[in-house]
Amino acid sequence: MTRRPTAPPGEELVLDPIACTGHGLCAELLPERIVLDDWGYPMIDPQVPASLREHALRAVKACPALALALRQARAG
Amino acid sequence: MSDRLLAGLAGRNPVGLGRHLAVHGPMPDVTSELVREVTRAGLRGRGGAGFPAGIKLAAVAEGRRPVVIVNGTEGEPMSAKDRSLLRRTPHLVLDGALAAARAVGAHEVLFCASPQANAVVAAALAERAAGSRREPRVTVLESAPGYVAGEETAVIAHLEGRAPRPRVTPPRPAQQGYRKRPTLVQNVETLAHIGLIARHGAEWFRERGTSDRPGTTLVTISGAVQAPGVYEVASGMPLADLSRLAGGLTEPARALLVGGYFGAWVDEDGAGMTLDDADLRRHGAAVGAGVIVVLGASACPVAETARLAGYMAGESAGQCGPCVHGLGSLAGVLDRFATARTVPGDGERLVRWTEMVSGRGACAHPDGVARMLASATRLFRTELEEHAHHGACSGCAAPATLVLPGPSRARAAA
Repeated sequence: MTRRPTAPPGEELVLDPIACTGHGLCAELLPERIVLDDWGYPMIDPQVPASLREHALRAVKACPALALALRQARAG
Repeated sequence: MSDRLLAGLAGRNPVGLGRHLAVHGPMPDVTSELVREVTRAGLRGRGGAGFPAGIKLAAVAEGRRPVVIVNGTEGEPMSAKDRSLLRRTPHLVLDGALAAARAVGAHEVLFCASPQANAVVAAALAERAAGSRREPRVTVLESAPGYVAGEETAVIAHLEGRAPRPRVTPPRPAQQGYRKRPTLVQNVETLAHIGLIARHGAEWFRERGTSDRPGTTLVTISGAVQAPGVYEVASGMPLADLSRLAGGLTEPARALLVGGYFGAWVDEDGAGMTLDDADLRRHGAAVGAGVIVVLGASACPVAETARLAGYMAGESAGQCGPCVHGLGSLAGVLDRFATARTVPGDGERLVRWTEMVSGRGACAHPDGVARMLASATRLFRTELEEHAHHGACSGCAAPATLVLPGPSRARAAA
């Protein structure tokens, strides 16, 4: 419940594992946060700092399955 | 004296309304106050996840036109507690379901269980028909087969006429469930407890069990015990005492499977643990659906785990890549261990993939398999290595302890 007022909540990546079909484009466009598992499906570190926002958006838009989204991080 | 839910039951036949009321007393009028009472009681859901029932009730009560689903799917093959409750004390489950419906303001209750259980419930409903007409409307529907069919979003999908497969959450059913309405999906045993909390209150409920898991719990004990079956115990009972409860062992035990097929293997003596999540969690286990399987020393833990991994891989709803491919790959590794066909790196693959699949699905199916396999890798390390080097052991041909139903066709139906 304690969130410093100076730190904005930031954004996070959200994957829909049912929609994802493992194209793997996201991992190429955002290797800082996404790596593929042994079967080609993305494993995601959801925190997206401002410095990676552009790359994250590109990864979201590139997903052919529309399985990746960038959302406001939830509080708490 | 542990019996609350099972009080007054003799034999397998359902208890009629008259005897039910004589044993448990009349149902009081229920208001939304019951939500607070269940919260104070600290009742945790008994379907497997152990989520606090009061929080669910409160969330559903906030919404418009809520609906209550009685989840009697019981997809866990070694669990028999819910069908046992429904077939022996249907009025107690109905009490809880109707009380929960009144507490959250629902006018509709959907009963989802096997045809046999539903027949008993329908008869119990007919017995009550002469009573108050202000009761919520109860519809009895057949549950879907399959391991994941009991997951609450899968139950909703099934009742909406779709394949019984889980969906991504949020939104949780409490916000958006059956036909987009706020939906309380509650396990049969959980509702039976609510039927008693409505009568006797939170203080009474907490007189038994532990502070983390108050009340009694139904356990289904099977495997190498003299009297397998459903028993009611206080949470916090030492695991070591459970086989005594079931008439004692039929042979020395090698291990216990605690929780269910998504549970964990622990030492045969219970490793000093009790039936309480706070305690079990330290060993990677949980009370889960209250399943306890005693694996006898004559059985082969590697063969049992390999078959179980294969079954659980086949029971994936087939929606999420890491679950489909990961569980399939893990089942392949386990099978190679069980048949002495391991290839270099299989030991590392077993550990790597077990970690890799956890948390990767829309539902907790891959997490559960990962938990079970992680415990097997810890506990059966020696046996795994022996099988890899020397092949089948004397126990490999023993009759299977873990019951594995045929493919559920949950995927084929999709």
